[in-house]
Amino acid sequence: MIAEAGLAALWFAAALAALQLVMAAIGIRRDHVEVMAAVRPVAMVQGLLVIGAMAALIGVFMRSDMSVLLVAENSHSDKPMLYKFAGTWGNHEGSMLLWVTILGLAGGAVAIFERRLDERTVIATLGAQAAIALGFYAFLLFSSNPFTRLFPVPADGNGLNPLLQDPGLAFHPPTLYIGYVGISVAFSFAVGALVTRDVGPKFARAMRPWVLGAWIFLTLGITAGSYWAYYELGWGGWWFWDPVENASLMPWLAATALLHSVTVLATRDGLRAWTIMLAVVAFSMSMIGTFLVRSGILTSVHAFAVDPRRGAFILGLLVLYIGGALILFALRIGTVRQGSTFELVSREGALVANNLLLSVVLGIVLIGTLYPLLASAMGVQLSVGPPFFNKAAGPIALVLVAMMAVGPLLRWRRDQASAVLGRMLAPIAATVLALIALLVFGGEIGVLPLAGLSLAAGVAVASIAPLWKRNLVRAPLFTYGMVVAHLGIAVSLAGMASDSAFTKETLVAARVGVPQRVGPWTVTLDGIRPALGANWSGLEAQLTAQRGDTTLILYPQSRFFASPPTNTSESAIATRLDGQLYTVIGQPDSAGRWQLRLWWKPFVTLIWLGGALIALGGFLSLLGRVTRERRTALREATI
Amino acid sequence: MKRGLIWLPVGVFALLFAVVASGLVRPADRTIHSALVGKPLPTFSLGAILPEKPGVGSAMFRQGKPRLLNVFASWCVPCAAEAPQLDALHDAGVSIDGIAVRDTGEKVRGFLRRWGDPYERIGSDPDSSVQLALGSSGVPESYVIDGQGKIVLQHIGDIRPEDVPSILVALEKAR
Repeated sequence: MIAEAGLAALWFAAALAALQLVMAAIGIRRDHVEVMAAVRPVAMVQGLLVIGAMAALIGVFMRSDMSVLLVAENSHSDKPMLYKFAGTWGNHEGSMLLWVTILGLAGGAVAIFERRLDERTVIATLGAQAAIALGFYAFLLFSSNPFTRLFPVPADGNGLNPLLQDPGLAFHPPTLYIGYVGISVAFSFAVGALVTRDVGPKFARAMRPWVLGAWIFLTLGITAGSYWAYYELGWGGWWFWDPVENASLMPWLAATALLHSVTVLATRDGLRAWTIMLAVVAFSMSMIGTFLVRSGILTSVHAFAVDPRRGAFILGLLVLYIGGALILFALRIGTVRQGSTFELVSREGALVANNLLLSVVLGIVLIGTLYPLLASAMGVQLSVGPPFFNKAAGPIALVLVAMMAVGPLLRWRRDQASAVLGRMLAPIAATVLALIALLVFGGEIGVLPLAGLSLAAGVAVASIAPLWKRNLVRAPLFTYGMVVAHLGIAVSLAGMASDSAFTKETLVAARVGVPQRVGPWTVTLDGIRPALGANWSGLEAQLTAQRGDTTLILYPQSRFFASPPTNTSESAIATRLDGQLYTVIGQPDSAGRWQLRLWWKPFVTLIWLGGALIALGGFLSLLGRVTRERRTALREATI
Repeated sequence: MKRGLIWLPVGVFALLFAVVASGLVRPADRTIHSALVGKPLPTFSLGAILPEKPGVGSAMFRQGKPRLLNVFASWCVPCAAEAPQLDALHDAGVSIDGIAVRDTGEKVRGFLRRWGDPYERIGSDPDSSVQLALGSSGVPESYVIDGQGKIVLQHIGDIRPEDVPSILVALEKAR
């Protein structure tokens, strides 16, 4: 019954999306106020219905209702409750339903909260949102129905991929999806503004909180995903340039560019066409990401389902939406008035440079991700990995970060190059000092990590500089947001550079009781004992790690899951203030030695701390903008 | 803004679409093509694992007649599964040599007694060094080598009944 109710809710939601689209189109074309007034409630009810469908799917997963095909294929009654719940989106159909749920929620949120913008533009925006939703409802209902029944009912299910049996699964995909799909609001705003030709500071101010919100979740999702891969896959790396990781990075890059260009539009009424373009590109990247993951045309650790028909369906939707938006852009942008202009050396100039550099990095990631496809079309098999991405994107990213240090210290419209240099003295001094210190004490470091570490020092100083000589209490919250987010970039960069410069790795066949060295630590394998979990059995090693007076005990595990039969290694990580000791136990050899991988990673935690700071900065910004908008609205209301 | 520039994004997207669609239409070829095909056999010389059969060396593959080189082990289950196919190839007149990986004479003898013996020569590769030099990542793997000592085919995994004709064709072509 629950499954059928969910399916019915999904059909009703799809019907309402169609209604929403038609009413928005008629309302705007005929300028019909009553029809337009009905669009908002429809969007809200559509949001509620799709939440209902998602709740129904979660329900059948939590009850382990094996008569539902999806549950039988991806769940097991022995699974811990948390993974029954999270397993709802650990598969193709469930994750697509989650995708659509967030899309419906975003549409509903726009309908409820967006009051500042011109009503016609809001309705056009909701129409665009409904058009996107309609396509993805069709995709779910016609080619990925999550509620299909199975008969005869099997005794139990196949189980969930053990790699996904981790608390991270409960939060990582929803967070990332809120970011991915949240960007759809920016896309719909852009389309709405193109339809009503209403591009200007007011539009930018209305769009900005939505972009910020999606961007915060995207940042959190990427950060969490990176940490998950780091501890769960047991390879000691934190970013693998896997197509799916790239799929999450590309919308982030576009959204970051959009975030900055929308500020230029809101503050100075510049970059109108460019901002619209970025909004279209950002959500296009989300959809392309979804397509790459869901169609399975690229080999990846994340690809669940390989089904070319589904791929063709999503590709058709992409053509419709991205192609449609781009053609609308080409037809309409000529009629959007040119915004204000500015000098090269100015805050706007720096933001344009930031946008261009972000776009270049985005282009590199996109080309690197799709190049294997292009090559295979020409009959060559290859994969593009870290050597390409690090070499191609690394230096540009460093220039971008350097630019980020200068930007906030520039004035709007026009600035003096010599004055800028004066304001940059402290950050430049910090960079040079760090460089000298690293060259003298750092030992042998590669060029990129060296540049990254010294730049991080300068950028950290520069990012706090906008608060100098200002009244700290009266400085607006969004200025703090920018400072914290930029500081987060510096912190994260320091972590990345430190990890690649100073990591020590030891791979040994270890005997019990024989000490091994890794960096400053001495690690001894004390013994191996069997371990047992709810749905796995395995071996647990006890390691004693010593450095000076500090002694730590670590328990890395090698787990065997019965359904589906899989071996995984659970790393044991000890976090200290100055880095992490990362240990993985492997298989024994015939001589009774155990394969042991040890890493000492100085300051690696800064990578994720930085990511969290970036997201926190975004949150402060969002809070600052929303409260200021509210205050202005109140003031206008009293006048 | 220039009119041409306005349509640029649409053009770029069309290009992107073409690339992606081509990937969808032609499903990716996931087979791993051996880098050693077309290259001469690496030089090696392995001693005999059984007193009654000679060992195997790379020089023996340059005597003008194509041969099949089979990498196997008595402890490997798929090797037993492919034994009937090797016998069929042997009956069809193919000269087969074996490399026994990480194995002992006693166990190889038992394996041959149980599953049949298509081999003219068997070399012993106790530490997998020749196996690795051949670019073989596991057992069983089979190589078709032409009369000049050049590898013309690498078959990864056990030879199934449906693989026999293509191997015979490769041997015929190598003649």
